[in-house]
Amino acid sequence: MSQYIPVLFMLAVAGAISVGMVLASELLGPKFKFREKMEPFECGEVQASSSKQRFSIRFYLVAMMFIIFDIEAVFLFPWAVTFQALGVFGFIEMMIFILILAAGLIYIWKKGVLDWE
Amino acid sequence: MKQLVIPDVSLGAVGPEIVLVVTAILLLLLEVFTARKEKGYLAYTALGGVLLASAMTANMNGYTEMNFSGMYVVDNFASFFKLVCLLGTGMTILVSVTYTINEGISNGEYYALLLFATSGMFFMISGSDMVTIFMGLEVMSISLYALAGYTRNREKSNEAALKYFVLGALASAFLLYGIALIYGATGSTKLAIIGDSLRTGIANYHLIIIGAALLVVGFGFKISAVPFHMWAPDVYQGAPAPVTAFMSSGPKAATFAAFLRVFNEALPSMQADWWQIFWILSVMTMTVGNIMALRQTDVKRMLAYSSIAHAGYILMGFTTGDWFGVSAILFYMLVYTFMNIGVFAVVTIVARKNEEKTTFEDYTGLGYKHPIIGVTLVVLLFSLIGIPPTAGFVGKFYIFMSALQQGYVWLVIIAVVNSVISVFYYLRLTIVMYMTEETTEALPSLSLSPSLVTALIISIYGSLWLGVMPSSYITFAQAASLIP
Amino acid sequence: MLTVNHYLALSGILFVIGTVGVLSKRNIIVVMMCIELMLNAVNLTFITFANYLNDMTGHLFVFMVMAVAGAEAVVGLAIVVALFRNRETLNIDKLNILKN
Repeated sequence: MSQYIPVLFMLAVAGAISVGMVLASELLGPKFKFREKMEPFECGEVQASSSKQRFSIRFYLVAMMFIIFDIEAVFLFPWAVTFQALGVFGFIEMMIFILILAAGLIYIWKKGVLDWE
Repeated sequence: MKQLVIPDVSLGAVGPEIVLVVTAILLLLLEVFTARKEKGYLAYTALGGVLLASAMTANMNGYTEMNFSGMYVVDNFASFFKLVCLLGTGMTILVSVTYTINEGISNGEYYALLLFATSGMFFMISGSDMVTIFMGLEVMSISLYALAGYTRNREKSNEAALKYFVLGALASAFLLYGIALIYGATGSTKLAIIGDSLRTGIANYHLIIIGAALLVVGFGFKISAVPFHMWAPDVYQGAPAPVTAFMSSGPKAATFAAFLRVFNEALPSMQADWWQIFWILSVMTMTVGNIMALRQTDVKRMLAYSSIAHAGYILMGFTTGDWFGVSAILFYMLVYTFMNIGVFAVVTIVARKNEEKTTFEDYTGLGYKHPIIGVTLVVLLFSLIGIPPTAGFVGKFYIFMSALQQGYVWLVIIAVVNSVISVFYYLRLTIVMYMTEETTEALPSLSLSPSLVTALIISIYGSLWLGVMPSSYITFAQAASLIP
Repeated sequence: MLTVNHYLALSGILFVIGTVGVLSKRNIIVVMMCIELMLNAVNLTFITFANYLNDMTGHLFVFMVMAVAGAEAVVGLAIVVALFRNRETLNIDKLNILKN
């Protein structure tokens, strides 16, 4: 366990510095309170509208398409790692896989899923 | 760098699957690249794909091969079930042609989803590794969730799709957990290796028991065995009628195929334990299905319970664990596909636009107004009851014999009593059609298209011919039974 | 020291939490999250066994399950969107037109 003592020490120092900074500014700094500053998003910028609003249905469509095409990438990573070992066979297999995905992309494109308006 | 060993790849073995998937992708592209008015030919493109896949599958009969490093097997058992699934898909396409036009739904994706589901079934049927079986099951199920909600402006369809999705996903998770535990106990997901390690007794027995129980729950959901049946009535009632026809045939057959293969190849050494579970499941499924069907007022819902009851009869074949039981299941699945899709074709015709006419009252006087449809429905219902000389009788007789041979006398007695109960609700529909006074309400006339007539002729042919001359089909089923 | 049993117990507990959530929660989106939790609990089991047995099949299975879970979530979301357009509710108890 002894080799971890420096890490613990560093954690303690980091904690002390951050707590100390917050405390110091709380105790020493000037305080001006006004409405905008007390809001959750406190850069002094006035909120445009409430965040509890409905999202456009388009958002869900884009989210769904993102999930599908994003998840398919998990199969590309192992292929990329063993690309050399798999050789031409693996390359052709993966091209077929990507072609199938491309067919899906063409389909949703022509169906108008990618048009925001 | 270490050279990887690339497994044997035999594209010939997966030829039918390639045809189905390529046709489905082609349909998606054709859907977006053809004008709305010219989409009529998409159904026939799909049908062409199914016919080509059937020819290729039929060509593989009598040929056994292990492929893709033992993950995929082509044998008679697989070919038989694949042909049953293709029959279901082909007939569903024929039933759907008019339906898609009447409901005004775009059809490219519809047929593509049907074909994707069929390719999933193929991987389930031919999977000799849990990975293949699970992937096939999911490809099939996800396509079916989308199909159940396909008429997306009908609230019933939405609700059916959601219920099917939630309970189907739950079932998949149970199945997957079962697979994970069996993998942990035996160190493999290949059915043959699991079987070997169970025989030699090196596997952790407790994990196997829990895993097998979870597999029964997962598969039980998919074949709608009681007590995992609660989704079936809602989904059958709410889904579009041709999709209901599809769900009750191919997917059920494929799930039974995977179920049979897993239990007979991976867990045969536990047969002494699991026959009791299947005995209880079978009795519960047929009894609850038949009794609940008695008090339904919606024909689609009644057929859902009837479908549950039939799953109960098929489960009788599981208890035996011998070749006779398996071949009885094969034959029953074939007969069931013929007759059930025919019944749903009639339901589709009678339901008319938006599927508003599905209650028993809507069948009032149907036998007089449309004699041919009436007679067709009566023959198919008699086949579902199991009255000779229909195919339903031979199927039931064969499956009861297989149970009797193993000495399950009580099981057969309960099944016969159940068949008698089922007479009441099937005959009730017939009585409504012929005995009740005609209604005065003027209904739009029924539209009979050539494709629907073809589907009805095929199903009548199957329900009668397999009842009169079953021997060649029974020989075919016996040659395809998994256990020598 | 963490052993295989700890991981298995954790995944078992997560699976049960997911199952209870699916059966008891009323909001459809929460139900879908519980389904994802169940699938990922199984993934943990696969990884644990694969590591314990020093076998690659478990890792392979996890990749497949991830892809399946993604596809399932998307179809589920699509169904929910279609349902919401017609019914304006996400409460499972209010979905009761289909009954005898």
